[in-house]
Amino acid sequence: MRTLIFRTVAPYLTSLMILFSIFVLLRGHNEPGGGFIGGLIAASAFAIYGIACGVSPVRRALYFHPMAISGFGLLVSAISGWLSLAFNVPFMTGLWTKVSVLGVPVDLSTVLFFDIGVYLVVLGSITSVALALEEREHG
Amino acid sequence: MAAETIDISNAMLTAPTALGDWMLVAPVGLPILFGAVLLMVRHETRLHAGIAIAGLLLTLGANAALLLQVLADGPQVMTMGRWLPPFGISFTADALGASLAFVATLVASVCALYAMKDIGATGRRYGFYPFLMLLMAGVGGSFLTGDIFNLYVWFEVFLISSFGLLILGSTDRQLDGATKYAILNLVGTTLFLTATAYLYGTFGTLNMADIARKADAMRETGPLMTLTVLYLLAFGMKAAAFPVNFWLPASYHTPRIVTAALFGGVLTKVGVYALLRVLVMLFPVERAELSGVIAWVAAGTMVLGIMGAIAQSDIRRILGFVVISGVGVMLAGLALGTETGLTGTILYAFHSVLAMTALYLLAGVIKELGGSYSLHELGGLYRTYPAMGAFALVLMLAVAGLPPASGLWPKIMLVRASLDAGWPWLSFAILLTGLLTTIALGRMYILAIWRNRPGQAPSDAATGAPGYGYGSMALLCVPIILLGIYPEPFIRVAEAAASGLLDASAYIGAVFPAEAAQ
Repeated sequence: MRTLIFRTVAPYLTSLMILFSIFVLLRGHNEPGGGFIGGLIAASAFAIYGIACGVSPVRRALYFHPMAISGFGLLVSAISGWLSLAFNVPFMTGLWTKVSVLGVPVDLSTVLFFDIGVYLVVLGSITSVALALEEREHG
Repeated sequence: MAAETIDISNAMLTAPTALGDWMLVAPVGLPILFGAVLLMVRHETRLHAGIAIAGLLLTLGANAALLLQVLADGPQVMTMGRWLPPFGISFTADALGASLAFVATLVASVCALYAMKDIGATGRRYGFYPFLMLLMAGVGGSFLTGDIFNLYVWFEVFLISSFGLLILGSTDRQLDGATKYAILNLVGTTLFLTATAYLYGTFGTLNMADIARKADAMRETGPLMTLTVLYLLAFGMKAAAFPVNFWLPASYHTPRIVTAALFGGVLTKVGVYALLRVLVMLFPVERAELSGVIAWVAAGTMVLGIMGAIAQSDIRRILGFVVISGVGVMLAGLALGTETGLTGTILYAFHSVLAMTALYLLAGVIKELGGSYSLHELGGLYRTYPAMGAFALVLMLAVAGLPPASGLWPKIMLVRASLDAGWPWLSFAILLTGLLTTIALGRMYILAIWRNRPGQAPSDAATGAPGYGYGSMALLCVPIILLGIYPEPFIRVAEAAASGLLDASAYIGAVFPAEAAQ
């Protein structure tokens, strides 16, 4: 699969797909999308990069081990549930706040952080599987 | 903004949540937090055992607090995301769920301790401790959830973690055992999901308290018998009841011994718990119709299971069959459905969680000291390691149901309950199982521990250092012997659990306080 065309296109394709996956993650609150599908798109981006350029550049680019990313995602999701503890509401209650970034009001919520956690869990675990399979194929 | 003026009290809880209510979420939330941290530090294998044991002890503390709270004030409820039940997913802890969650976390903590010795750096890098934490999150969630679809989700959580634990080591035999385990468990889970979909189509709700209060009205029109049979089959598979128990002996002898200890102690009891919850609390009339079938299944499971144990020569396989036979004894109480019978079943579940885990750990110590699991090769351990002989004797008496250990009282209760119900043959089956268990484990004791090692002169030189093994078994023997000589507190908890199952009004009232007050 390591043709010149594919290797040239792959980095652009990967970065576009990751941008798109973040877009899908963020629009997921009110429209189709969300953490799970976003994570799958991001994982397939890394898989494509791995097929084109080999597994070790992907691992270098990720810096952290995919399973560690997955664990971090689980932690983010769990903590966004536990945050309810500080506000006297039951576990997993959606809490909202508004912050102003450069004059633009942005809605932040525990729901969003839960979804980001799901995104990271899916990204980490699927990438981990994909990279392990690709390594076996080429090694 | 207009949105903030909407009255939410029709859809959401408005009362603030007390700090004590969080004890309900902690037995599930804490293992997930610690499991996530363990996944992140997967390569720092030195830290794993400490983090996991700290996490399990915190969980154990939360479970103990929850159990005390439930025993004092009745069932506790927390509905996720502030939605009013039945729309939000309710966690509902009654005496049954809270006590089983406590016992399961106790043995998991002991297993985590023994794993410090049994699981080396490679096993830790493959994720033994993260899997253990996530398994306990799944088990805790199964015991505490009050929503039947959520129960399915927690079953999946601990099933997936158990796959990971089963193949730790990746030998061919383990993959073979794990494949059978995975396929048969997935069949059971699929049945569970099908039954739940069917139930939702019938009732339009998944909240167990809601189902329990609507079941009477649905009895004329809804296919409740079909649902009950489907659940009986699905959970019977999980609990390893005859004739759908063949996955257990095919897989439980292959994993690391500490994994087998945890599975043999805890996982089948989750199936028994689900049977009790669904058949006794949700569909009591249908359970009474099926009681003859369940009684035959129970008798078949206990007698055929223990006969399997007598036929084996590998200690781990013997123990696998003893686990099955214990499930049969628990099903006897489910078949009877009386308060004494259910109390006996629940008490037997406490006993079985503790004693089976301890027996598997004993097998691990025997392997460590004697070098084998096979009764053909073992022998002479009594001379060199008398302490181990003592542990083995206590555990053997416990499982066989002889004093002074824990198995005696639940069996007495079950025998009395089946005599009261006019089923002497069932009490005969329980007593016969006790006799056969004594023979099966006595055979193991004589061959592995008492006789001289075949083909060798007896030696007095101790070579092994079973400190972790002795420590773990001693920790488990304390409640085992306590249950044998001072059973009153345990019986009181089991009675509270049984009466909570038979009369669900407290459970329903906890979930729907407004309607209970009317």
